[in-house]
Amino acid sequence: MVNFNSIKELIELAKEKNTTVGKITMEYELENSFDSREHMLKSMQDNWQVMQESIQRGVVNKDKSLSGLTGGDAIKLYAHKDDSYTGRTVMTVAASAVGVSEVNAVMGRIVACPTAGSCGIVPAAIKTAAEKNHNTEEEIIEALFTAAGIGLVIEANASIAGAYGGCQAECGTAAGMAAAAMVQLAGGTPDQVGTAVALAIKNLLGLACDPVAGLVEVPCVKRNGFVAVHSMVAADMALAGVESVIPVDEVIDAMDRIGRSLPRAVKETAEGGLATTQTGRKISERVFGK
Amino acid sequence: MRGVFDIVGPIMIGPSSSHTAGAARLGLLAGKILGEPVAKAEILLHGSFARTYRGHGTDKALIGGLMGFSPEDERIRDALEIAQERGLDFSFAPVDLGDAHPNTAVFVLTGQNGRKITVGGASIGGGNIEVRNIDSFQIALTGQYPSLIVVHTDKPGVIREISDVLAKHHVNIAFMRVFRRNRGQQAMMIIETDEELTEDIIQDCRSTGVIENAFAVPAI
Repeated sequence: MVNFNSIKELIELAKEKNTTVGKITMEYELENSFDSREHMLKSMQDNWQVMQESIQRGVVNKDKSLSGLTGGDAIKLYAHKDDSYTGRTVMTVAASAVGVSEVNAVMGRIVACPTAGSCGIVPAAIKTAAEKNHNTEEEIIEALFTAAGIGLVIEANASIAGAYGGCQAECGTAAGMAAAAMVQLAGGTPDQVGTAVALAIKNLLGLACDPVAGLVEVPCVKRNGFVAVHSMVAADMALAGVESVIPVDEVIDAMDRIGRSLPRAVKETAEGGLATTQTGRKISERVFGK
Repeated sequence: MRGVFDIVGPIMIGPSSSHTAGAARLGLLAGKILGEPVAKAEILLHGSFARTYRGHGTDKALIGGLMGFSPEDERIRDALEIAQERGLDFSFAPVDLGDAHPNTAVFVLTGQNGRKITVGGASIGGGNIEVRNIDSFQIALTGQYPSLIVVHTDKPGVIREISDVLAKHHVNIAFMRVFRRNRGQQAMMIIETDEELTEDIIQDCRSTGVIENAFAVPAI
């Protein structure tokens, strides 16, 4: 039986069997879903296909969302990538993540990862990393399972829902998943995968979920871009040999406790933070009436 | 723990897993419970659904679902226009259902063959849903499994007859619940199964002679 209740257990299993976190997650899924290996891999390939399509559509998107608040920024970022301070790779990951999030806002097709509000981060990170490393499709699929394994543990031990844990639960989890996937795509060790998750999440602890008018748009769309970059830095730190003082499972425990103690006003209720700024209120009135 | 595809997935039309994807699944399941193409739909929206449905495209998702569109179907964006072209008569109205789940919708449906049914359900997060009322029965149905719905009289032996039919067809019961209005009166049995429920099985249930009606709702 392959079973894990913490990232440490997941990493230990990978080390024991001299394999990767992604492969262990695949074995876990096979045992728990009663699915065939072929069908399971096909389902993940389908997810990857939709992720790629959402990036391609996102970086050229000119459509506006139903509210008119978002749409058309990813294309600007993508055009700016060669003149940017941060460089082509970082701008590409940012533009891709914003693009997927725009596709979500204009009622296009995306893969929730782990949620719709955070759907741009993991696809952008994996696509950008895979292009840089020249990874095969098989390695990409394995990296998606790595990301999923991390997400499963966080969902079990903390939360992936903004309504329970604030944005750290959605974008924080996505950052951990993306950083883990990028480490694996670069050939990092299971320990480095765990470190990347710890570093990525630590730096987003306490993040408010305060969307304007309750829509998955402001600040969500641009935040997907920021967090994709953030997760890339976490992956680079882990690959460079930086370690996390606080072990990854303790970071997830901190995330859970912080999530519980965050006020309700910043847990997807649109009753606090950016949502209740002067401008936020005006937008809400314009979209929904008083 | 849940499965890998609860974390990476589902594939869906944005922008919100609860207000768009969950709404589409709710419409889809309500349509399957009706069991025939929808001619008329009056949809009552409670709580957050009532306040924010326009910005999230909840209305489009609910109607798209009723027409059989899955949460990943790009036609959801144009569902209201498609419904008008198809002659589906639909309306939305706010309703206050007290402390019901904030993302609750009640569908008052009439089918093209005249069947009428009222289905109430909630989008409970991450695209997951729960139908909580069929007509005036308080039930619980998630749409994750093929389901057998049996309307019968509350008396000894009915459950055994129905479970015998399922056993004969080698259908495994995953979850099962029985609901009744009052002792000895009309009751509803909901059986979620691991295998698909074929028309043969439904006919065999009806042939037991101990029930009013049985129908299958596929997993969505």
